[in-house]
Order: sequence, then C-alpha cells, then structure tokens
Amino acid sequence: MRRSNKVIAVVSAAVMAAGLLAGCGSGDSAGGGSGDAAGGAAAGAGSGSVYYLNYKPEVDAQWQELAARYTEETGVPVTVVTAASGTYEQTLTSEIAKTEAPTLFQVENQSWLDNWGQYCYDLSGSFIAEHSTANTLSMEGVEVAAVPFAMESYGIIYNVDLLNEYCQLENAVISSAADIVDFDSLKAVADDIQARKDELGVEGAFTSAGLDGSSNWRFTTHLANVPIYWEYTKKGITTATSLDGTYVANYKNLIDLYFTDSTCDPALLSGKTGDDALAEFCDGMAVFYQNGTWAWTADNEMAEMNIAFLPLYTGVPEEKDSIGVCTGTGNFWCVNKNSTEEDIQATLDFLEWVISSEAGIETLSGAMAFNCPFDTFADVVLENPLFTSANEYEAAGKTAISWIGTESLPTENWKANLSSALIEYSQGTGDWSNVEKVFTEDFATEWENR
Amino acid sequence: MEKALKKYFPVFVLPTAAAFVIGFIVPFIMAVYLSFCSFTTVSDATFVGIKNYIEAFKDTTFLHSVLFSALFTIVTVILINVLAFTVAMCLTKKIKGTNIFRTIFFMPNLIGGIVLGYVWQLLFNGLLSYINRTLTFSSVYGFWGLVILLSWQQIGYMMIIYIAGIQNIAGDMLEAAEVDGATGSQRLFKIIIPSVSPSIVICTFLSLTNGFKLFDQNLALTAGEPSRSTEMVALNIYNTFYGSTAAYRGVGQAKAVIFAIALAAIGVIQMRLTAGKGDK
Repeated sequence: MRRSNKVIAVVSAAVMAAGLLAGCGSGDSAGGGSGDAAGGAAAGAGSGSVYYLNYKPEVDAQWQELAARYTEETGVPVTVVTAASGTYEQTLTSEIAKTEAPTLFQVENQSWLDNWGQYCYDLSGSFIAEHSTANTLSMEGVEVAAVPFAMESYGIIYNVDLLNEYCQLENAVISSAADIVDFDSLKAVADDIQARKDELGVEGAFTSAGLDGSSNWRFTTHLANVPIYWEYTKKGITTATSLDGTYVANYKNLIDLYFTDSTCDPALLSGKTGDDALAEFCDGMAVFYQNGTWAWTADNEMAEMNIAFLPLYTGVPEEKDSIGVCTGTGNFWCVNKNSTEEDIQATLDFLEWVISSEAGIETLSGAMAFNCPFDTFADVVLENPLFTSANEYEAAGKTAISWIGTESLPTENWKANLSSALIEYSQGTGDWSNVEKVFTEDFATEWENR
Repeated sequence: MEKALKKYFPVFVLPTAAAFVIGFIVPFIMAVYLSFCSFTTVSDATFVGIKNYIEAFKDTTFLHSVLFSALFTIVTVILINVLAFTVAMCLTKKIKGTNIFRTIFFMPNLIGGIVLGYVWQLLFNGLLSYINRTLTFSSVYGFWGLVILLSWQQIGYMMIIYIAGIQNIAGDMLEAAEVDGATGSQRLFKIIIPSVSPSIVICTFLSLTNGFKLFDQNLALTAGEPSRSTEMVALNIYNTFYGSTAAYRGVGQAKAVIFAIALAAIGVIQMRLTAGKGDK
C-alpha cells in the first residue's frame, strides 16, 4: 500500500513538473517566427549551422525555400527566422542573448552599429566583402562589419498611363512626364490634376499621405532624407549631429503638396494607413505615390501597372533637371562573432552560395526582386520597372540622392517626434514651427542623449 | 496520511515552486538588477548605479503618462464597475434570454487588445470623419476613445463576477426585507451591495490594475498621439526602451521597476481598504 502511494506520488509529481516546464518551454521560444529555431540550429552543431534572423517579412517564404535548398545540396542546416514587421530590433535583442543565437543578422545603417557592432565579425577578405560593389560598413577595430546585399530606391512613383491620359487633356500643363524637371513643374501638374480630378477620373493627384504608423515612415525617414541631404551636400559633409534646418522649408513644399493635392482631407491623414495609399494607387484613384522599389513585387497588383519614378523635387535650385531618385540601402548582413568557429564558417559558406550559385542569384533577383550590389549579379536583368526607371536617371547623368540623411537620423524617438509634429500640422492643431523644431532642436538633443 | 503529506510535500510543491522561480522570481530580480545597468541585451549589462532612476524622474513625458494613466484608471474603475453591476442586476432578474445576453456581454473580453484597438480606431475615425477629425485631434478624443474601448471590453468580465456574487445572496434575506417593507433602494444599498462586497473588492482590484497596465489598446488605438499626450505608462516605458539607443534601455527598465512597485503598492492599499470594509 505504502509503496503504491509512493509510486503515485512520484508519478503525479513528475507529470506536474513535465506539464509546467513544457508550458515554460513553449512560451520561451516565441522569438519571432517559427518556434523551432533553436532546435534547428542545434541539430547540426557538430559541423556548423546557419541561423539567419531575417528583417523582411515579405520575402520570408523565399528565404525558407532557399535555405531548404541549400540544406538539401550540402547537408548544412540553415534556419531562417523572420521578425514580425517593425519588431526586428526587439527580436534581435532577445535572440542574440540566447545560447543558440543568430549567426547571421541584419543592420539598417551605420548608426545601428552603435548597438550591434559589438556582435559583428570582421568580414574583410570574405567572399561577400570581396565581391561587393557597394560601400560596406566599418567601425573601430572592424574593417568590414556589415555588407549590403540589396540596394533600394525611392521617389515619387507615378502611374504612367494615368499621367499620359492627363497629358492628352486640353490645356494640360505638360505634354509628357519628361517635362516634370523640378518642384515648380511638379506642383503645376499636381495642382492641375487636383483641380480637374473629375475630368481625369481620379480622387486626387497624390495618394493619401497617411500618418498612421504603417505609413508615416515614408515621410519621417524617407522624405526627411532630402532636406538633410541638401544641407550636408551644401556643407560638403556626410554626417552631423546637429542641423541648421536650411532646407526644412523645402521639405514643407513637398509635404504641403502631398497634403493639399490628395485623395482625402489633410485632417484625416492620421488615420490613413500604408495599405490605404497602396490601394488608392493600384485602383487608379491617384497618379502619384511616394514609395520605393520594394513596393513592387512580381505577384502584387503593381506588377500589372505601368509605373515609373519621379525624383523627390522640393524646390532646391540645384535640383532642376539634375537629380535622380534616392538610392541607397538599409539592408546589411552581419555575422555574429560570438558564434562558434564552425557556425561562422558555415554562415560565410552559405552567403557565398547565396550570391554566387545559380539558385541563389535567381531567388534574390527574381522572387525577392532585390537589386544586389555584388559583381556576381552583373548579368542579371531586373524585372522591377522601378529599378529600370531609377537606372535611367543615372544613365542620363543625373545624381542619385544618397541616403546620408536617413543614415544620420538620431533615434526612433526623433522619427516619432517628427510624425507627431506632422500629425498636428495636418489636422491644424499645431503649426509648422513644431516640424522645424524637430529638425533642429530635437535632432541635436536626440544625438546628445544617445 | 498527514505524516505522508508532511514527508512528500516538497515533491508536490517543487514543480510549481520551480516554475514560479523560473517564470517570476528570476525575471523580476534580473529586471531590478538591469534597471541599474546600461545594456543592449540582458547578458551584456554594465552597472551604472542610480543614473537610470535619475533620468527616469527627469523625464516629463513619464510624469505626464503617469497622470494620464491615473486619470484614466479613476474614470474606468468607476464606469466599468457601475455599469457591470447594473448589467449584472438586470441579468439576474427573471428575464427571458439572460444566458444569451450574458454570453454576448462577455464576448468582447475574448478579443485581443490589439485587434480591438484597430477595430475601434476604424469605428471612431469613421464617425469623426463626419466632422472632419480623427482620434488624434486632441488628447480628449483619445482619452474617451480609450475609456469607451476598455469599458466595452471589460464590463462583460466584471459582470460575470458580479452575477456570481448576486446569485449567492440568500433569497430569504431579500424576502424578509420585502415583508418588513424595505423599498427597492433600501434593499439595494442595505442588502445587495454589502452582500456582494467580495465581488466588489475583486472587480475594483482587477479594473484598477487593468487600467494602469493598459498597453495593447493604447498602442493600437492612439499610439500616444497627438504628440505623446495620450501615452500611458506602459507605452511610455516601451517607447523609452526601444525609442533610443541601448544607453536608454536602462532608463526604460528603471521606469518599469518604479511602475511595478507603485502598482503593487496601490493594489495592496486598495485590497486593505475595501477588504477591511467587507469584513464588517
């Protein structure tokens, strides 16, 4: 009797423990995407394995496929985990502290290295660094800390068919898109389209400049690059921790145009999302849409549209007929130096395969529609018409606007402040001086607080 | 039997105790430790003393969020409990279909906060667009939007607790009061409310802490706009943690520790006050 009691006690205690601890376990592994990340990475520990923490949710499926293919060919286990949209740093924070940490992760730009540089393996001499055709990132003591793998461009995307239709209208202010060469001509066209929107069958010249979190980055990060770029260019510098705000008035020019020549009243912009703008553009409700090359993928609605880029003209005298779209990258690969030697080697081998094998090149430039800055991609013809359009500006000898402005934005707080100031401006509860303050005062304080 | 229990209690307590230590005690101690550190991830912290706490108290947005949360909590505690109690009273009367109504009132509680936030944002903005405004127009809009959202979500939950309390009141006590000529309001204030005081204690505690801890709904509905004026404490901590560089994570952590201690204190005080009343 007593023995059976003992047995029951031990068994039930074991069951309770198992249940409780299993609960803990499954709660623990909710890093970002698939929960079996750590397990997968651990499986091939002997011969080295790859664990890639991917930034872009839109190409998660393609990476999974490519990883599976590599494992099939070489037997090296590759785990790809994708952070949910907008949570990359959060996910990286928790993942990199684990024993089975990512061997491969991403940074957006130089300022990310302040946080993550301590994890960067020196990639100098590696295949990806040797074959890179763009600028790699370096930091103190690490010659090549990060290697860019996808170039991107942004500007004003326009619906070519709609704009041509407009040009056919009587008294149209331009005869072809080529006549838009500076801010004044852009404004003239946009104002005219807005005034004659019923005639053209659109709701507005520009899609809604939504200030919701899913859309505000188009203005707080991308468009904000432009005034900073001009200030740096004028001063002949590439980075700074304070701004004079000389070109904030130019930023206002384009923002005002977005707000007034729009599909909706500016007072409603804080509730408009990124999807709203995309839908308006794809449904032909607007002619212009500020976004970048990533907006196009082979299987979205835009693939069937006839689209091209216009530069972000803001009324700076130097821009007339001489600038292209903003081209740069926010996608850098970093290898975790705290990984084991085998894992680092496995990761470097994987990356070499990704940018040199037929399967890798095909997936990156095809399914993912990346414009990869490696000489191994020299023969690739890109399907994305936005890349073609961006290249045309460069081929015509126009200067691409670099991302030096975006790269020197101090913090996420700063972007949030700019977004708040724009919201208040759009709904009339605050005036433009708040935006100016963000560009000058807040820019300096946020840099100081870093 | 008792002997066996004494002998084996560690075997039974250990699994739960271990899970409690791993899942609660250890993270809490780490959190307190990290609030005195500068760190990027939990494993690379360097000790910096009370610098983070000084920064946290210097931050005016933090103070604002505390006041906003406090005001919000006062309003929602009153609204949720009064309405939940009223609904519970109605649904303990012998009306047809009370079960259906109870289910319907309870349902909002089953939907996640983020989803609710976005759905209500669409509803509010849809309505406000008639006067050409959105929720971000002023903090007043955001405040009442949040109040409506949380009330809608929580009333059903509190209602269930109140219903259980009301159903526990002995029928003969109410009958006797009626025979003695007590009016409806006398019965309500002298018998029903004192009898459900345990439910009141629980519900006030839950709505109080829920109000202070609110995060998802705040993030999805207003995200603190306009200009951080509808930012509540939890969202402020989150924004501090991720809004700047690693140097600022410790400040967010310090705010979180201050918040946890303050909330625990408020909870304990509330339980002492209301529970004491219930005993009399």
